[in-house]
Amino acid sequence: MDIIVCVKRVPDTNEADIQISGNFINTKGLPFDVNEWDKYAVEEAVRLKEKYGGTVTAITIGDSESDDALRRAFATGADAAVRVSDDIFNGSDAVASAKILAGAISDIKHDLVLFGAQASDDGYGATGQAAAAILGLPYASLVIKLEADNGKIRATRELEAGMNEVVELPLPALLTIQSGINEPRYISIMGIRKASSKEIKVLSAGEISVNTAEIGNNSGTKTEKLFLPPVLKQTEFLTGSVDEIAVKLAQILKDKGGTF
Amino acid sequence: MDFEFNNEQRDIQKAVREFAEAEMSREYMLELDRTSTYPADLLKKACDLGFLCIDIPEKYGGVGYGLTEKAIVFEELCRMGAGVGMSLGGSCFGLKVLLNSGTEEQKNRILPRACSGEGLPFSGAFTEPDKGTDIVTFPLGTTAVRKGGKYIINGTKTFITHADISKYVILLCQTDTNAKPSYKGQTTFILENPLDKPGYTVSSFEKMGWQTSHTTQISFSDFELPAENIVGKENQGFYNVMSFLTEFRIETAAAGVGMAQGVYEKAVNYAKTREAFGQKIGKFQSISHKIADMATKIETARLLLYKAAAIFDTKHDVPPHISSMAKWYGARMAVEVADDAMEIFGGHGYIIENDVARFYRDTRMLELVEGTREAQKNTIAASILGRLD
Ligand SMILES: Cc1cc2nc3c(=O)[nH]c(=O)nc-3n(C[C@H](O)[C@H](O)[C@H](O)COP(=O)(O)OP(=O)(O)OC[C@H]3O[C@@H](n4cnc5c(N)ncnc54)[C@H](O)[C@@H]3O)c2cc1C
Repeated sequence: MDIIVCVKRVPDTNEADIQISGNFINTKGLPFDVNEWDKYAVEEAVRLKEKYGGTVTAITIGDSESDDALRRAFATGADAAVRVSDDIFNGSDAVASAKILAGAISDIKHDLVLFGAQASDDGYGATGQAAAAILGLPYASLVIKLEADNGKIRATRELEAGMNEVVELPLPALLTIQSGINEPRYISIMGIRKASSKEIKVLSAGEISVNTAEIGNNSGTKTEKLFLPPVLKQTEFLTGSVDEIAVKLAQILKDKGGTF
Repeated sequence: MDFEFNNEQRDIQKAVREFAEAEMSREYMLELDRTSTYPADLLKKACDLGFLCIDIPEKYGGVGYGLTEKAIVFEELCRMGAGVGMSLGGSCFGLKVLLNSGTEEQKNRILPRACSGEGLPFSGAFTEPDKGTDIVTFPLGTTAVRKGGKYIINGTKTFITHADISKYVILLCQTDTNAKPSYKGQTTFILENPLDKPGYTVSSFEKMGWQTSHTTQISFSDFELPAENIVGKENQGFYNVMSFLTEFRIETAAAGVGMAQGVYEKAVNYAKTREAFGQKIGKFQSISHKIADMATKIETARLLLYKAAAIFDTKHDVPPHISSMAKWYGARMAVEVADDAMEIFGGHGYIIENDVARFYRDTRMLELVEGTREAQKNTIAASILGRLD
């Protein structure tokens, strides 16, 4: 099975005090990492390859700094990597990015295309879907389990309220991968060594099938404003027995996105 | 002159950091420390990922990087683990005596086992009860006497890290008791699974910190060793050990930088959150300047460390005074930074669960092992002043 996995290098904004300049996050001094969801997607791709044979190709959009993400894919077990890079790509929204990636993907033999379910920086959660539509591939989102079977793929999807759904898709197909589908392996020194001898193929806009009138600053959406909402002081006093308070507190933490 | 890590080095740093942050939680480190448990599970994982034998050539089962990359790994492991990081890195103590001075047969047989983790820990047994800094003025008390195809070993080695569990021991013995000067009569040997053999008794010392590695004493009583277990040439052992220690001191410098970085980060977080007199304590100049000093010292030690490592990697050798500078300063700096962190934490630093105290105890060992601060300064001074007779 030949698999393509799309990855993105994102600023790690978890711990940092975010600085905004204009409509951009000021990334100076911020640590960068591979988008969390993409790590799961790469791991899943490599596991599928290890199980069923074939190849894994990682693709990213960006300048040479994005090679970090591709080297990590190599170190995880990818066989080839492509970076599409052009100044004309700057300002692309999710759909425009999907057009660029679809342009690169369509020139590479593939049975399966994996994306992360979303990216932690702009959070569109749409690039994979859009690419599926452009490439005309059957598509499933938020995949938490994958099995290949006789030219088909069976994907378990994570729905709201703890429900799961199993869907079957013919290959080639495109899936977006939810975090937690696997436990991404640690990067080994042997993997890094191997990655260092592999070549990243760099393609410009002219070398892929994309209409430059539809991407970059010609994207459908334009960012108007990027800002941090003002901090509101909210204090809530919990009353009741210790047990009741504990239950209420746990519920509040859960509602606010805490994990246990 | 380039002060940046290259891409591979950054990838290595990131890989080890991810591993250490996930696998070496404060709770786990405290648990290992409290129970004086050697981190065997972590060792296995670290070996599987190529961390510990990163600088052993590929043909012997390593990954073939240099000392710079080894220092990066060691720094990250000690940043999270303090002494646990040292237990991991120190599990290869002595191994490079074999790499540098052993025969091809010995290296082919033993190094791949070490790199896989199965042959670790290694120990290096040089110190004796009455011979620590000075192993040159009088003959060693541990002797190896040739009898046919064997050597018979008698004597005592003390403060030997990991000898209660080590699979291999590099042992320094007196083979020629009449040699003048006496160190020209010293020879290195490799012991294989000595714990299974008669005439080999190990006892452990209780100590101040670094609980996850036991510090032991080995007594040899007519311990028999095949003559082919000699490492390098007979009566050249002193030189084998000195060149090994000159190199390993750079790794110990990395441990100092890593431990200091780890405890410094705790102090920075604390200074940003702890309040007194209606403000964050980091706003008090006495605290903020302490943090500025800590950061400056760590960066200074790091520069010395990577300079020493870079020299070693390009020349495959390093002037002893450079490695001594990196070692004593890296160790001293770590002790001072841990002390400052304790002060910033106030009483909370003295409480075990905040894990400043463990760094405080573990850093102190770094100044004593592989030659005390005084011994390092003697080396540096001799390179500057020569012999002033
Ligand atoms: C935790 C731990 C682990 C260790 N692990 C190992 C190991 O695995 N293998 C091993 O072989 N050894 C090991 N050692 C031993 C260590 O290398 C020695 O303790 C160290 O070399 C100092 O020797 P000593 O303790 O005998 O001190 P001494 O040599 O007795 O020194 C006492 C004091 O005198 C000073 N001094 C001595 N000579 C001079 C001089 N010429 N000028 C100025 N000052 C001087 C010293 O600096 C020190 O302050 C370990 C020690 C510790 C604490």
